[in-house]
Amino acid sequence: MPEWNKPLPSVVGETKPYWDSCRRGDLVIQKCDDCNEYQFYPRGICSNCWSNNIQWVKSTGRGTIWAYTVTYQNRTLGFAQDVPYILALVELDEGVKMFTNIVECETSNVQIGMPVEVTFVQASNQISVPYFRPA
Amino acid sequence: MVDLKRGAAIVGINEHITRYSPDKSELQIQGESVIKALEDAGLTKNDVEGLFTASSSIRNSGLNLADYLDMYPKYVDNTTVGGGSFEFHLSHALTAIAAGRINCAVITYSSLARSGGVSVGTGGVARFGHPRLDPSPDSFEELYGLTTVGLYAMIAQRHMHLYGTTSEQLAEVAVAIRKHACMNPEALFRTPITVEDVVNARVISSPLHLLDCCVITDGGGAVVVASPELARNCKQSPVWVLGVGEALAHQGAGKRNLMEIAAKQSTNPAFAMAGVTHKDIDMAMIYDSFTITVIETLEDLGFCKKGEGGEFVSGGRLEIGGDLPINTDGGGLSSNHPGMRGIFLLLEATRQLRHQFEGTPRQVANCNIALCHGTGGALGSRHSGGTVILGRD
Repeated sequence: MPEWNKPLPSVVGETKPYWDSCRRGDLVIQKCDDCNEYQFYPRGICSNCWSNNIQWVKSTGRGTIWAYTVTYQNRTLGFAQDVPYILALVELDEGVKMFTNIVECETSNVQIGMPVEVTFVQASNQISVPYFRPA
Repeated sequence: MVDLKRGAAIVGINEHITRYSPDKSELQIQGESVIKALEDAGLTKNDVEGLFTASSSIRNSGLNLADYLDMYPKYVDNTTVGGGSFEFHLSHALTAIAAGRINCAVITYSSLARSGGVSVGTGGVARFGHPRLDPSPDSFEELYGLTTVGLYAMIAQRHMHLYGTTSEQLAEVAVAIRKHACMNPEALFRTPITVEDVVNARVISSPLHLLDCCVITDGGGAVVVASPELARNCKQSPVWVLGVGEALAHQGAGKRNLMEIAAKQSTNPAFAMAGVTHKDIDMAMIYDSFTITVIETLEDLGFCKKGEGGEFVSGGRLEIGGDLPINTDGGGLSSNHPGMRGIFLLLEATRQLRHQFEGTPRQVANCNIALCHGTGGALGSRHSGGTVILGRD
């Protein structure tokens, strides 16, 4: 495992199932049993109806690029050495958007609407980070 | 609801003209600004009952400022919602004054972003090592190398995708505002630029080039707000608060259409309170962190239809003498942007409404009503929008 010099997430009770699933190679999101709404990022309360009757459901892990930017300048350690890289908002099939990087893709080929699928990179023993690549 | 229109007025202003000030503290810049703004109004320390400030660097900013200036305000507001916080402050000061809680408030801000070497737009989460990320939302965002520029750039990219907006149209915003900066002796950049200069500058985060991005400076300022009774006894003619609107926009659990910004929510309340229409606005101060910010804001304020912003900003419409002159001080894109810029929108709108530049090219002719819109945070993730409409007697 290469040394990870990018930021790592902080894991707490309400987000632990997400990170546990990522470690197993599954992308999960939340769905409220009371109002049937999906939500992302994960949280301990349904942000729509404020119920705590939330289920974790496995996402298809597929979606399309909603917006992107090729980043040429970022002074943060780990990214400064990584430019140019693609920062994107991906809209999952379930209809929620999440931030990610598009990997295994030339910066000149990335497009809004491009179909993408999740792929994981192990950052530490506890954390695997979900990225997306062209599907 | 109580009618808040003309419930308070801006009676004193000061811009600390420094763009680079390594030898002063942020509190000193605020203190000097407050003193001069009160002089401008013809008021004194003892008149101030409300203290409004925001900071991303001063801990407990209101408390520490009151200590520094030895003030005992009976109304304190540290609302901090990014660069547009000061439009929120004016809105709150209006409410406090109209409710009779206070007769006079001071709003102030300062920052040493430039001399402190703060990479406001491209620093990412941490230039020197990583802090512990908050469990949410940071832990779902900062893993991917977000920058402030990047969060606006994504909106620009999608605007181009949906509406055919071009880099040249974005550049028109920067060119018009630079033209105004050339009339402001205090502006950081005073050399004219062309559309070609903007589109040929290096890309910071596609599609935004260097000259699509605001400058980084030191600086600060202060605004004195007074009740109608007090305002009539001040040195300067009052600049009335006609209407205000506040809004927040965020990811909406991943489902919000992020192309619609907070201005869409704050504009109608402000226009309704003021009882004016878009045609009545003689000039506007539009928060210009990036060129795309101006296009998105003009659309969602209702000056043009969604998607038509690129066309709207072209052909000199935003220049003094055009249909809607904006950012006549040179804006954040060319004059100054010390971390947060919202207070400078209020300062320049007040100068224009006082006809302070009469007889010079910087004065907007027959300027009776001005609109300020502050945006704080980032369009691509979460941000605030504060709309203020001001008018002279």
